[in-house]
This record gives sequence, C-alpha cells and structure tokens, in this order.
Amino acid sequence: MTAHAVEPQTHAAPLERNPISDFNPGWIDTVRINRSAVERRVATLSGRRTVKKEWQAAWLLRAIRCMDLTTLSGDDTPGTVQRLCAKARHPLRSDLVAALGIADLHLSVAAVCVYHTFVSTAVAALAGSGIPVAAVSTGFPAGLSPFETRLEEIRASVADGAQEIDIVISRHLVLTGDWASLYAEVRAFREACGDAHLKTILATGELGTLRNVYQASLVCMQAGADFIKTSTGKEGVNATPQVSLVMARAIREYYERTGYKVGFKPAGGIRTAKQALEWLILMKEELGDEWLEPQLFRFGASSLLGDIERQLEHFVTGQYSADFRHPTH
Amino acid sequence: MSSVAEIYTTMSYGPAPESAAPAVSWLDAHQRRFGMFIDGAWTEPTEERLFATINPANRAELAQITQASSAEVNAAVAAAKRAFPQWSQTPGHVRARYLYALARQIQKHSRRLAVLETLDNGKPIRETRDIDIPLVARHFYHHAGWAQLMERELPGYAPLGVVGQIIPWNFPLLMLAWKIAPALAMGNTVVLKPAEWTSLTALAFAELCQSVGLPAGVVNIVTGDGQVGAQIVNHPDIAKIAFTGSTEVGKIIRSATAGSGKKLSLELGGKSPFIVFDNADLDSVVEGVVDAIWFNQGQVCCAGSRLLVQEDVAPALIDKLRQRMERLRVGDPLDKAIDIGAIVAPAQLEKITNLVDQGVSEGATKWQPSWACPTEGYFFPPTLFTDVAPASTIAQVEIFGPVLVVLTFRTPAEALALANNTRYGLAASIWSEDINTALDAASQVKAGVVWVNSTNLFDAAAGFGGYRESGFGREGGKEGLYEYVRRVLPPVAAPASPSRSRRKPAPASANGHNGDGDEWPGIDRTPKHFIGGKQSRPDGGISRLVYGPQGELLGEVADGNRKDIRNAVEAARKAGGWAKQTAHLRAQILYYIAENLHVRAEELAARIQAQTGRDGEREVAVAIERLFTYAAWADKYDGAVHSTPLRNVTLAMVEPVGVFGLICPTAYPLLGPISLIAPTIALGNTVVLVPSTAHPLSAIDLYQVLETSDVPAGVVNIVTGERDALAQVLADHNNVDALWYWGSADGVAQVERASVGNLKQMWTHNDADRDWLAADVGDGQEFLRHATQIKNIWVPYGA
Repeated sequence: MTAHAVEPQTHAAPLERNPISDFNPGWIDTVRINRSAVERRVATLSGRRTVKKEWQAAWLLRAIRCMDLTTLSGDDTPGTVQRLCAKARHPLRSDLVAALGIADLHLSVAAVCVYHTFVSTAVAALAGSGIPVAAVSTGFPAGLSPFETRLEEIRASVADGAQEIDIVISRHLVLTGDWASLYAEVRAFREACGDAHLKTILATGELGTLRNVYQASLVCMQAGADFIKTSTGKEGVNATPQVSLVMARAIREYYERTGYKVGFKPAGGIRTAKQALEWLILMKEELGDEWLEPQLFRFGASSLLGDIERQLEHFVTGQYSADFRHPTH
Repeated sequence: MSSVAEIYTTMSYGPAPESAAPAVSWLDAHQRRFGMFIDGAWTEPTEERLFATINPANRAELAQITQASSAEVNAAVAAAKRAFPQWSQTPGHVRARYLYALARQIQKHSRRLAVLETLDNGKPIRETRDIDIPLVARHFYHHAGWAQLMERELPGYAPLGVVGQIIPWNFPLLMLAWKIAPALAMGNTVVLKPAEWTSLTALAFAELCQSVGLPAGVVNIVTGDGQVGAQIVNHPDIAKIAFTGSTEVGKIIRSATAGSGKKLSLELGGKSPFIVFDNADLDSVVEGVVDAIWFNQGQVCCAGSRLLVQEDVAPALIDKLRQRMERLRVGDPLDKAIDIGAIVAPAQLEKITNLVDQGVSEGATKWQPSWACPTEGYFFPPTLFTDVAPASTIAQVEIFGPVLVVLTFRTPAEALALANNTRYGLAASIWSEDINTALDAASQVKAGVVWVNSTNLFDAAAGFGGYRESGFGREGGKEGLYEYVRRVLPPVAAPASPSRSRRKPAPASANGHNGDGDEWPGIDRTPKHFIGGKQSRPDGGISRLVYGPQGELLGEVADGNRKDIRNAVEAARKAGGWAKQTAHLRAQILYYIAENLHVRAEELAARIQAQTGRDGEREVAVAIERLFTYAAWADKYDGAVHSTPLRNVTLAMVEPVGVFGLICPTAYPLLGPISLIAPTIALGNTVVLVPSTAHPLSAIDLYQVLETSDVPAGVVNIVTGERDALAQVLADHNNVDALWYWGSADGVAQVERASVGNLKQMWTHNDADRDWLAADVGDGQEFLRHATQIKNIWVPYGA
C-alpha cells in the first residue's frame, strides 16, 4: 500500500452546509406523529424492499463507506485507537476487495469516532488517508457538565484536528418543552465548531415520545446541525427504526422548507449486515439516494463491520464465514 | 467495472424474485388440468369444458380448469345435502379439530399457496405472503374456536344446511376462508365457487380438505363462470347464499333469491372515504394512502378510493403523495420488492382505463408517476386525480383499480357530508391526532368498518361488512356467525280461535267509538294516519271498514297509499336525531308508553277482543311487559371490544340501522305493533309501521298513547291500509334502510324483490311464525340484532 493520500471515491455533488437559521417555535408546535402508523411503516418496510446477490454486496460496501467506525470505551488506549484507524483504512480483506472487483473504489469508512482524549492519536494514525476524525463531545454521554466546559471541549477537539463533533443535547430541555433554550444551546455548539461539522445526538431513547424526537430534530436543524444522530450508544434504547423514520421525515420536511440538506446518523445497536441494509433502504425510500452518501448518512457502529465482512465473504465464496477469518481492530 | 462496483455507484434495487417452483411443481403434478372437488373426490376434467386460467403478469397460461356442468353443480349440492345431517350433528369439538387441522395445513403449505395466488391473481408476493395467507390461517384458527364454543355461545340456533358461496377474484383464498370457516364451524356444508379468473388456490385448498380427512361432501368446490354461480343461487336445495362481489351482481342475487326462503349475506362494492384532517400526521397519512388504494392494485372492495382532505393541508399532502408515488414500484408480482403487481385480467384493465379516461374528459386533473409500467402483462400505474367534483363519475363510481380521487373540505361537518354522500357504506379511514375529531367522525360515518389513523386492517375476530348498498351481513367476529345459523322456533300452536267470551264485546259505532247517550249519534271521527307526530288525513281520501270476527262493523281506518308512505318515511328520516338521544332517555320513553298503555288497559283489551274475539287482557299485559323488556335493553344491548392482534381497541359498536318499515303480523292487533316498535326505537331507529290489515284499530289507539308519552315527532309513524300494497311501497323506497315483514309467502317474495333498489336489510317471516305471547320467541336479542348493525372501529394507539 502506498503512503500517499487517496480520496475515497464519492459521487455526490458538494453540499451546501446547513446554516444557522432563526428559531421558529410555530413550526415546532405543528408537529404531529402517530406512533402506531410509524411502527406499521417500519414493520412492513423490510417486507416491501430487499436487495439480493450483487445488489446486496454492493449495498453492504456502501454501508462500510458510510460507517463512522467507533470506539467509545472507558478502557480505550492509544493502541486500540491506532488499531481501529488501521481497520478504517482497510476495512475489507484485500482478497475480498479483489474478488469483488472494487479495488478502484479505494474503499474506506467515513470517519473514525473517538473521545476527545484520542483525537490527536487518531488524526496521526489516519494521516494521508482522507478519513476525518470525529470526536464525541459536550460531556458525552449525559451532556450535563457545565455549559462553558462543554463549549471548551468542542474547541479543544477542533484544535486537536477533529473535523466532526458529535455533541449531545440536554434531554431535560426536550422533556420540559424548552425549545428556545435547546436552540440556544445547539447554536452555541455550532458556533464553537467553526468549520468542523456538527452532529447533534438526540439520545432518542430518553426523549419519551416520537413527537419529541421530531421536534428536537427540527430545533437542532434550525440551530445549524450538519447531522442529527439518534443515540450515544449508552442509553437503554438506542437507534431504532421508528426513531430513524421520524428523524428522516424531519430532515425531509426541513429540506422542503429551507432547501438545506441535513445528514442522519443512527448509532447504537446496529450490529448486523441485515440491519445495515434495512437502514439504507429506509434512507433510500424516505429521503432518496443522496442520503446514501457519507456526506448525508452515517452509521455509528463498532461491531457492524465484522458482520458485513462475513456476509461479503459468503457472497464471494458461497461459504458461510467466521469472525476470526477477518482481521480485527 | 464489475457489476458490484457499478451497483455501488447507482445504489439501485436489483431483482429479488421469489421462486415460482413450489406452485409450478404443484401445477405440473396435476398436468395443469383440473377437475372439481365434489363429494370428497375429484371429477375428471372434460376436454370440451376446460378453459384457461392465466398469469396476468405475463399472460402465460397456468392451467386448464373446468366449467362446471349443470349436472356437476347438482351433484355438488346433492353431496353437500347428504353430508349435512351427519356434519351438523358432529360435536363442536370434532368440527373444531377439522378446522384446526385446516389452519395448520395452510400454514404448512403457506409458501406454495402464496406463490400460487400471486401467479393466478397478479398481486405482489409480499401481500400474499405477509397478508393473505396468514389471514387465511388465522380465520380457520379463530373459527375452530367458534366450532368449539357454538353449543354454549349460540343456544337456540341451528345450522342452516347447504350453503352456496360465491367469491371474487381479488382475495381468492382469503375470501374462501371468510366463507368456509364460519360455515363449517356452525355445522353447515358448503358448495363454493371461486371466481373463474382465480380458481387455483381454491382447488389447492380442496386438497387440504382431503388431507385432513374432512368427510366427503362437507366442502365442495365447483369452478366456472357466472352461469355456475347462477345455478347455485337458484338451486332449491341451498339454504343460504353468501356472496362477495360487485353490487350489480349482488342485486341480481337479491332479486333471484327473493321469496325463496334462502338466507342471504352480501359483501359488495364501496367507494370508501379516506378522511384527512389538518391535525393528522401527514407523512403517516401518505403511507396510509399507499395501503388504502395501492394495496392489491386498488382491487379492494374497501379501498380508500376517495381522499377527503382538509383544505389547508391539501396542497402539502398532494405534493407528498406525488413524491411517494414516484417511489412506488410496479412490476413482476413475484418480485419481493414490488409494490403494485398486475391487474387481474384484461377486462378489468379495460374498465379501469375507461373510467380514468372518463375522469379526464370530465375535467379532472390526472397525475401519474414519470416511470413506465411493464408491458408484457396487464399493468396500470398508480393514478391520482385532483380537481374532482363530488358529482364527477370517478368520485361516485367504484373503479376497482389503483386510482385515487381527491376532494377537499373545510370543516368536520363538511367532511362527513362528503364521506356519506355515496350509496355505499363499506369502510372509512379517518386521520387526525385529535381524539375528539377522530372519534366524532368515526361515529358519524356510514360504514361498517372504520379505521382510525390506519387502513385496511383485517382480523378474524372483528366483523367486516357494509352499510347501504355495500351489502349486509358481517364476516368475522361473533357477529359474523349469525349469518350461518338460524333461530330454532318452537312449533306454533294453532292460532287462538275467536272464543266466545263471556264478556260482551264493547259495542261499537261505525266511527269506532261509543255514543255517550243511547239516542245520540256519536261524534264522527275522521280516521287518520299518524305521521310526524300528528294525525294526518289519508292522501287518497279513502277509508276502509274494519269488521269483527262475526262480521260486525267495528269502525273505519284510513286507507294509506304511496304518498302517505312517502310522507311517513320523510317524517321518520327527519326524526333521525332520535339515534343521538341517550339510551337512558329512550328507555324512559318506552316506560312512559307502557305506563300510558296501562292506564288504558281495559279499553285496549276490549278493542282487541272486539277485533279478534280473543281475550285481550293477556295481550295488553304482555305488550306492557314487552315495553319494559326493551326499555331494559335500551342501555344494555352493548357492543364489544374485539381481541384483534394489534395494539389497538377494535370497538364493535352497535348502531341503529336508520328508518325501518315494520309490517305487522295479522293476529295480534296491539302486541304485534308493540313487539316491532319497541326493539327498533329502543336502539335509536325511527319507524313507519303498517298495522295488521284485518285488525288495525289497536294501532290507532296507540296514536294518543304515543302523543302523550313524549315520543318525539316522527320516531313512530303509522300508516293503515292494505298490508302488501303498503309493504311494497316501503320495500321499494330508497330512503328506507330496513324492512321487517310478517305476511304471506307471496308478500315475502314481493318485498324482497322490491328491496333491491337500495339493498335494504330485510327480515321476512311467515305471518304466523311465532307465538307473540311467548317471551322467548316474541322478544329478545334476535330482534335487537336485527334492529342494529355493527360498526367495527379500529383505533390503534400509542403515545
């Protein structure tokens, strides 16, 4: 492998960044979500759409391309982060890359996602790869440290080279309906990010209702979020198809009303290739093909890649695979 | 570039074909030629009577099936008739085992059945696999339970005999299940004819009947076109016809079976409203619309084909719908990622095309997605019409295709007016996040099935069926069982002969009242009808003389005519607010009528005796008690909450039918009218009553009773005159919703035939079918059931 940088292949036109808009409380009030209908939609979607054979393999490759390969463990060390970064550069065994005929794609993951402490380690490990580093921030995962501390944390990660900042919102502001304060908080985070992209984690498992999820999504987008993200991975319930559908619809409405495209990142509990395909289908159906590109769609995942590797080996060889056959991180 | 790399770039959906093999090998094993299943065995296919059944997705012939001969239909009915005595005596538990075994067989062979259905009908494999076949199995499981429980839950009811069942092509196996499962559970035997375009799964089902060892003749499957159906309908040995299909054919069947004594249930067409209020979750509404009108290519009797949307959200919703339609996928029904399959047959495709063309020519705006349909089979793209007026053809006529028309409304009241502006009344879908708005609309919409924030939900535990010209009878739930049983009435004792009473009949003058001095003439009274709370003169200005049992003149009554009936129906319709009164209040009024009858008991008894020669006291006493009975029932004849497999409440609400025509039995001048008026008005109906032609005077006595009992004007209207002439006018009247008739066999035939105009709900009887003095047959739930219809309201919930 040569050392020079290779830009992973991308097909989407450059995106105009979602700017900070004025807070629009009237819009928030009109939100109506019917939970049963949302559940029916996601329950039947997997029966309405599927991809098989070459299509399935190609879609799984796309899932890798949209992956924020993540480690957020209390026992992370520089060593584990470096190993993760190596995997990010070469997510697939080279014999599989060859057999799939995709060498020209220079497939990598979308980003590597770590705590602030390991941002500089990851930036160094990914040097020349073009793979950005994302930092979870603002008192992740609870987001309840002092406001100034949280802003400082963003600035520190950006200073260390993080190009993407995954912040957590204050759930209490959602649960008490204090949308103005939520807007102000997220807007401040966005301003602290500067050129770094802002992903706002809603922690949907702690928001109580799907209506809250949709409303919080709108507030975050008005405050300038580049992505809205479901979960930290640390809540009792993380990314579910239901909240993903609701957030995707919020993104669609936001785009229809403002003309700005905001990305979506489900995170937490996405472990299987089958789940990954279901999320890609959801994106394609609800938002369209543009949301199948890493600039508008990410998986937050740590173990998903392993299952995708096994499925791709099965596609190539016709034999079911085993986890130890693929290099770990 | 490898194909994987290429797909990685386009992120397209590839083909995802379900294998046709399980169905193809089954067809091949039968050499693709099918006889029929009669008396537990297969008939030999006769060359000259075979016709092709095709796959509408590619026009390929699937198999040759048989056009039943008249001899074969007769053989099927004879086999069912032979099987009936033993099957009907088979213990419920044993019948339950057979039904349970059928459910299991269906599950075990679900893939083959799903694929076969998709091949034969053209509907997407997703639907047959995820909806049709699981519902089929569920229906047999559920009714295995009813077979088990019949004896305890339906005492006093018996199976009917041989049931003729004719089913449509849109849900071939599911409609078979809806017909056969309850019929067998209740101990009937069956001759079923599937639609000629889609007979294969019925034949596959017949094999399952063989494999579970169902006794010969219990289920017979005959195939062929409408002539075969007509022979079933007209067969004298068939006790009941259950039909699902078009309103047009339903009306033919109604006429054909008039006076035959056959019980009838009809599940017919619809033009169901899909009502969207501005506080609905519009993105979910869009998916609801997809499931309403693009489910099964729109070939669904309960399809939400009229989208009624509140004006302020109409542009946004239409925009969302168009975007969604662009993403729908039409194509090979065996592809697992297809939304819309093939239209069942070229004739149906032509019908859809013509109606769509007509919509365009009438000025509506047609919109279809930019992509094109496959051309090798019979396909039609999803279609949306805007700028549609309620008067336009496509807003009125059932298209039975993937075609949606949009109308807008301003207020809830207007939404309901538009929703109910149809001759149909099968289903409705109501979308609002506000519980008040949603339930208010659900209660007012004229439809047998209402889905709140959902659409096209079905389950064996919930009744399905329509109001108005969408037919009558329910399928599913306990309410559906009554379509397959009859009330066992004890033999009627010889009609009480006019006895010589010791008491002297009340002397009567020609005007029906005693003079107050022996020498004085009575004050002449003009005999009148009772219409709209007032006594009104007969339109024709003709009176009839009423005689006693010895031929003595007792008095005069008005001789009603068409216009009197017309006026009475108008008054009854106007009094519709009665249905909105509380049951408590209706009960109070019934008690009040009883009280006032009691005050006049002696006079009423004398009048009965004068007319019939029988002791009238008992009849008056029973009439008073009967009023108490129905006053008691008024707030106790409840609906139910069905246990359907979904997080929801499925409310089986009991609703009044509307305006009733009541044709009284001859023999009981007072008890007859009371026995018919009390149950109907107790539950909120309004009535036009025709008293006994021979003994009408007691009904006339009721005028003043009703006037003094706070009965609101128009709730009870009474028109005297010649029974069958007036019954005919009522049966013929399109604003009368139901008719109860006691009278002659000829009269039954006449009113049943006349009822076809609006398919009113008929309950017809031999004049002397029961002893009205006996509480177990003279009143009770049988009457209440016929006085009501059940509306199933599905309300999914979730915070």
